[in-house]
Amino acid sequence: MDHYIMNLTLKVWRQKNNQSKGNFETYEVQGISSEMSFLEMMDVLNDRLIREGKDPIAFDHDCREGICGMCSMYINGRPHGPWHANTVCQLHMRAYHEGDVIVVEPWRAKAFPVVKDLIVDRSAFDRIIQAGGYISVNTGNAVDANSIPIEKDHADASFAAAACIGCGACVAACKNSSAMLFVSAKVSHLALLPQGAPERKSRVLNMIAQMDKEGFGSCTNTQACESVCPKEISMANIARLNSEFIGAGLSADK
Amino acid sequence: MSITGLSLIAFLVVHVGVNACIWARDGGDMFNKASHFLGTTVVIRILEVGLFAGIILHVVQGLVLEVQNRSRRNVAYAVKLGNRGSKWYSRSMGLLGTLLLLFLIMHLSHFWVPSRFTELQTVNIDGKDIPNQYADIVNIFHNPIVDVLYILGCLSLLYHLLHGFQSAFRTLGLGNSRYMSLIKIIGFWFSIIVSLAFIMMPISVYFGWVSE
Repeated sequence: MDHYIMNLTLKVWRQKNNQSKGNFETYEVQGISSEMSFLEMMDVLNDRLIREGKDPIAFDHDCREGICGMCSMYINGRPHGPWHANTVCQLHMRAYHEGDVIVVEPWRAKAFPVVKDLIVDRSAFDRIIQAGGYISVNTGNAVDANSIPIEKDHADASFAAAACIGCGACVAACKNSSAMLFVSAKVSHLALLPQGAPERKSRVLNMIAQMDKEGFGSCTNTQACESVCPKEISMANIARLNSEFIGAGLSADK
Repeated sequence: MSITGLSLIAFLVVHVGVNACIWARDGGDMFNKASHFLGTTVVIRILEVGLFAGIILHVVQGLVLEVQNRSRRNVAYAVKLGNRGSKWYSRSMGLLGTLLLLFLIMHLSHFWVPSRFTELQTVNIDGKDIPNQYADIVNIFHNPIVDVLYILGCLSLLYHLLHGFQSAFRTLGLGNSRYMSLIKIIGFWFSIIVSLAFIMMPISVYFGWVSE
């Protein structure tokens, strides 16, 4: 692919803190290489802002290799930008051309309050995992590896669900700000394995209760979440979550 | 939403089946007999109460859900994801449902209220005088404005069903990959066939394919 240099217009959401109102600021960025990542382009802009004595744009990032789930920009109306099954850090500037206007917003949901600029507080996800995303393991001698037989299909489906990095793109894309795809991935990945069996019922009931408490909306199956998920978590997990929830609700002791 | 929705879908099967009797080319005898049977059978009368309860519950739940879900995002996006992520009708169930409710009020005042609370003309079939519901239909559907409103109402039904049918199964936990493609295909054709059959009724009367 040919290398090229471009000049872009960025409209970035700036918000001092959770209490302030926030607004879009327009920045002209020059000399961006098509081989840069989107975050490197943001670094170039921030470097300039710092040199000019201005406040750099705050944004979340960590691994920059698409596995940590920290980067969380809503770019031109799509979580993680235009590429399918991709995180912002893995989005490269060859997706853009000279003169493009790029609008960058934070995830918008009441359950994800803005901390600053493009950074939102996603600790609601941590509290949902704490509510039930664990299994019981006996102490003592280590159990022989592979001693518990697991059906291959279940192992594969569990692994696919476990690929969820908890970035929150599903909530950002959903018109209801629902966290069902995230919760369904976390519940499925344990419900499909024998190791998850002891807490199977309490897990789904507690995680759903916490999800509602955090103020996420409810799922109306529009499928927007699935279309933007960087890890391609399937909507089939939401159906599994629903059947786990109905089953547990009917048969759990409390 | 899913349980009430599926019961209303089950009702549509009966409704479209009975209404299709207007195409029997017998001056409305089969349709009048069928509607008289439904109107005078105790079990059907009891089911009618359940049907109204289902509709009211579905509407109230839908409104509560819509209001709650809208309150979950306090700052709107400047650029929306829109059709890149989901179908427009999947995102517009509240709007489509409201249109359907308005249609339903008109529809009930056209047919259900007169047949329950006022005397319709009667027609003699097999030696018995029974209400001529068929003549009522032909009479009402001669008005082109009414026909257009009915077609718009049935189009709202089409898109409401296109999302609602498969969404109901997903909500009940039946959306695993083994059955989902089957549910999608059945849901798609059910929505098309039922809505098209309803749309053809006012059209058939207006163009004189169905007449007294």
